[in-house]
Amino acid sequence: MIKYLTQRLLIAIPSLLGISIVVFTVLALAPGDPFSELATNPNVPPEVQTMLRAKFGLDDPVPVRYLHWLTAMLQGDWGFSFANRINVSTLILQRLPATLLVLGLSQVLALIIAIPVGVGAAIKPYSVFDQIASTLAFIGFSLPTFFTGLVFILVFSIQLHWLPFIFRTDLNVTGWRWYWEEFRQSIMPIAVLGLYQGASWTRYVRSAVLDVISLDYVTTARAKGLCERAVITKHVLRTALIPIVTLVALQMPAIFGGAIVTEQIFRVPGIGSLLINAILANDTPVIMSVTFVFACLVVFFNLIADLLYGWLDPRVSYR
Amino acid sequence: MREAELRELVAQVKAGELSRRTFIGKMVALGLSAPIGAQILNASGIASELPKSDYKPTKPGGGGRLKGLLWQGPTLLNPHFAVGTKDQIGSRVFYEPLAQWDPDGNLFPILAAEIPSVANGGVAADGRSVIWKLKQGVKWHDGEPFTADDCVFNWEYARNPDTAAVTIGDYRDITVEKIESHAIRITFAKPTPFWARAFVSDFGMVIPKHVFEGYLGSKSREAPNNLIPIGTGPYKFVEFVPGDLVRGEINPNYYLENRPYFDSIELKGGGDAVSAARAVLQTGEFDYAWNLQVEDEILRKFEENGKGRVVIEWGVNIEIIALNFSDPWTEADGERSSPKTQHPIFSDRAVRDALNLLVDRGSIAKFIYGRTGAATANWLNAPEKVTSKTTSWEISIEKANQILDSAGWAKSPDGVRTKNGKKLKFLFQTSINAPRQKTQAIVKQACQKAGIELELKSVPASVFFSSDVANPDTYTHFYADLQMWTPVTGAPPDPEQMMEQFTSWELTSKANRWQGRNVRRWRNDDYDRMYRAAQSELDPVKRAALFIEMNNLIIKERVVIPVVWRADVVGLSTSIRAILTPWDSPFWQLHDWYREA
Repeated sequence: MIKYLTQRLLIAIPSLLGISIVVFTVLALAPGDPFSELATNPNVPPEVQTMLRAKFGLDDPVPVRYLHWLTAMLQGDWGFSFANRINVSTLILQRLPATLLVLGLSQVLALIIAIPVGVGAAIKPYSVFDQIASTLAFIGFSLPTFFTGLVFILVFSIQLHWLPFIFRTDLNVTGWRWYWEEFRQSIMPIAVLGLYQGASWTRYVRSAVLDVISLDYVTTARAKGLCERAVITKHVLRTALIPIVTLVALQMPAIFGGAIVTEQIFRVPGIGSLLINAILANDTPVIMSVTFVFACLVVFFNLIADLLYGWLDPRVSYR
Repeated sequence: MREAELRELVAQVKAGELSRRTFIGKMVALGLSAPIGAQILNASGIASELPKSDYKPTKPGGGGRLKGLLWQGPTLLNPHFAVGTKDQIGSRVFYEPLAQWDPDGNLFPILAAEIPSVANGGVAADGRSVIWKLKQGVKWHDGEPFTADDCVFNWEYARNPDTAAVTIGDYRDITVEKIESHAIRITFAKPTPFWARAFVSDFGMVIPKHVFEGYLGSKSREAPNNLIPIGTGPYKFVEFVPGDLVRGEINPNYYLENRPYFDSIELKGGGDAVSAARAVLQTGEFDYAWNLQVEDEILRKFEENGKGRVVIEWGVNIEIIALNFSDPWTEADGERSSPKTQHPIFSDRAVRDALNLLVDRGSIAKFIYGRTGAATANWLNAPEKVTSKTTSWEISIEKANQILDSAGWAKSPDGVRTKNGKKLKFLFQTSINAPRQKTQAIVKQACQKAGIELELKSVPASVFFSSDVANPDTYTHFYADLQMWTPVTGAPPDPEQMMEQFTSWELTSKANRWQGRNVRRWRNDDYDRMYRAAQSELDPVKRAALFIEMNNLIIKERVVIPVVWRADVVGLSTSIRAILTPWDSPFWQLHDWYREA
C-alpha cells in the first residue's frame, strides 16, 4: 500500500512538471503585458513601465523565467503577483475556501441526486419514472452552466426576488441569520453546478446499475431471501460504484472549469474568479499558480479514485 | 476666438456681467476643458466660490452600510502603486489628496487649508514654486497628526525609482520642502503654468510617513500596509480581499463636521458590467456601480424599475478615427509605418477631407452610444449642443464625391476611385467591442457610396491595447491606414498632456519600442512650436488661446476624425445623494455621500 502510494506520487512529478512547462510556455507566448494599462496612461512615464518590467524579470528569456519560477516554487515560494503586489500563496489561500465550499457542496448535491435517481431508474427500466428521469437528465447536462446560471438569476433574483445574485463575503449579520444568508446566497451557484453534474451522473449510475443488476450473483442474493433493500445497497450498488468513482474523479477538471464560469457569474470570490481576473490583468504568476493548483488537484483526485477502488473491490490490489 | 476676445470675456466676468458658469460654458464650447476655463478665471484674480454642499445629515454615522460594486475589484490599496482606476477608487476610500477637481474644474481643498493662487501668495509670479498650506488638526486613522513631513515623505517615496511607484512622473521633477509644520513649498525646475499635479487628485493621495518610513525604495513591496491602508479619509480600513472586497468603517475622528454619514462601506469586485448595472438599477441590491459600459438601451430598461439612476459625466474621452500619416505598406529600416515614410494616399489632402465628410457622427452617437455619447468635431471635448465656432462637422457623401472628383480621383468600373494607378482602398482597424464594429460598418457604407473601399479589421482588445513589441496588431504599431479607439488622455484635466500626443518628439517608432504616443505619426512644426510655448506660458489666457489653436490645427489637418465624445456612466441608487465630477475619482467627495429617506 505504502509502496504503491509512493510509486504513484513519483509518477505524478513528471506529469506536473510537463503541465507547468506547457502552461508557462503558452502564457509566455500569449499577447498582453501586466503593465499595459500603464503604457496607455500619459501620466506615467514610459520608463516606469520599463523599470517595472525589469524589476519583475519580465524581460528575461522564457527558459530563464521558467527556471526562476520552478526553483522558487520548489522552495515553497509561489511567486509575487504583479497586479496585487503580494504573494500569490496569500491570494490563493484567501480564495480557496469559497471554491472548496461551493464545489464540495455541489458535488454532494450531485451525488445525492444521481445515486438514488439512477438506481431507481435502473431497477425499473423504461418505467414512467425512468422516462422522466432520463428526459430531465438529458436537459440537465445539455445546458451549459453559464446559461443555467443566468436563467436562475433571471427567475429567482430578478422576477421572484427570492435570492441575491451577488455573493458577498462579508454578510453583516451574525448567528443564525448569518447561516441563513450564507445559505441563500450559496444556493444558486451550488445548484447550478450540482444539477449539471447530477444530471450526467444519473445516466452513468443508471447504466452501471443496469449492468450489475442482471448478474448471477444478484439473482443468488435474491434467492437467498435477502430483502430487496439489502440486495441493492450491499450487493448491486457497491459493484456499480466502481466505474462511478473513476468518473467522478476524472470529471474533477471539468467541474473546476465549470466552477470558473459559475464563480464569475455569481461573483463568488473563489480561485476561479481569481484566475479570470489574473488573466484579464495578464498577471502571469497568479495564472501559473492557479492552473498549477488545478493540475495538482486533478492528479490528487485521480490518486484518491485509485485508492477507493481497493476499498470498494478487494480484488484490486496495490502493486 | 483669439486672445483679445478671451480677455474681453474675463473682463466681463470680473465686472459681474457674465457669470462664472457661463464663462466656463463658453470655454467648453470653444473646445477647451472646463478646468482650463476655471484656471483662467483663478489666475485673473476671480476667486472660485466653493460649490455649495447640500449635505443634510446633522450627525456623523447612523447611515448603515454603503454598498458599491466595481466589476473589476481593486487589486491593491497603495495609491502610489495603483495601476488602474479600480485601485485608485479603492485607495480613495481611505486616503485623500491635498486637493481635487470639482465638477466645474476648480481645485477643491481637502487636506489643504486653501487653494494656492497668485492672489493669496501661494503661486509664485514666475511660475517656479507653489506653497500649499495644510489643514490643521487632521489625524491619521491611527491617531498620529498629519503634517508637512508626510507630504515631503510622499515626494521622497514616489520619486525614488526603486520604489517603482506609478506616480513618479508627478514627483521626480520637483522639489518639496517643509516650510512650517503645516506648509510645504514645491519648486519646479522651469516655469510651470500647470502646477496642480503633485498632491492633487488620484495621483496625489498622501500616505503616512510614520507607517511607510521603513519601506522606501526597493523595500517598498514588503510594506504590510500596502494592503492595510492607514489614511485620513472618512472611512477606516477593516478588510481587504484583493479583487473581491474592500471594507471600511466610519472614521469617528473625521475632521469634517457631521461626516461621514454611513457607518460602514463595502466595495465588492468581480463579475461584469451588465449584472453590475442590474444590481443597482434593477434589483437595488447595491448603491453604486462604476464604469457601466453597457448599451444605453439596456440601461434604460433597467432604470424603469426606479431602484436606481444612471449618472452621466462628460470628461475627456473621445472616440476617434486616426489617419496614418506614415506608410503602413512599405518597410523602412525594419519597420512598417515608419515615421520617416509618408502615406502614399493620405498625403493628398482631398482624400482626408473626403473621409472627414463620410463619418456620420450624428447617427453613431444617437443609435450606437445613446445618452452615453455625443457627436463632436473637436479633439478637446465639446458637446454637440454647443458646437464650436471654429470647427464643425458634417456628413455629406455628395460633397465628398465632389472633392474627390475635382482632385482627380476617378471612379473605375468596380466603383472604387483611382488616380495614377493608386486605388482608394484602405484597411480600417479597431478593437473588438460591439459599438466599434457597428461604427466601422456605418463608416464603410458611407465610404462605399463615395468610391472608397474600406477593409474592416477587428483585433481582440487584449492584443490591440497591449504594449507587446513583437505583435504587429497593437494600436501603437498601427499597421493599417485608419484605426479607431479612445486614446487615454491622462487624469489631470489640464489639456497639456492631452495635446502632447501630437508632438514630433512623441512619434511612435521601432526606436522607442512603439511607446511614443504620437501613434498617427503626424509631424507639424507649427504644432510643436505652439506646444512648447503653451508649456511655459504663464498667462493662462494666452495659454488657452494656444490650446484652441492646436485643437483647430489637428482638426483642420484631419489628423484625427473625432467620432463621439464618450461619457463616464455610473449607476447610483435613487436614495443616494452624491456629487460626481468627470475630472476626478467618483469618490472625490465620499465624505458627503448620504442616503435620503
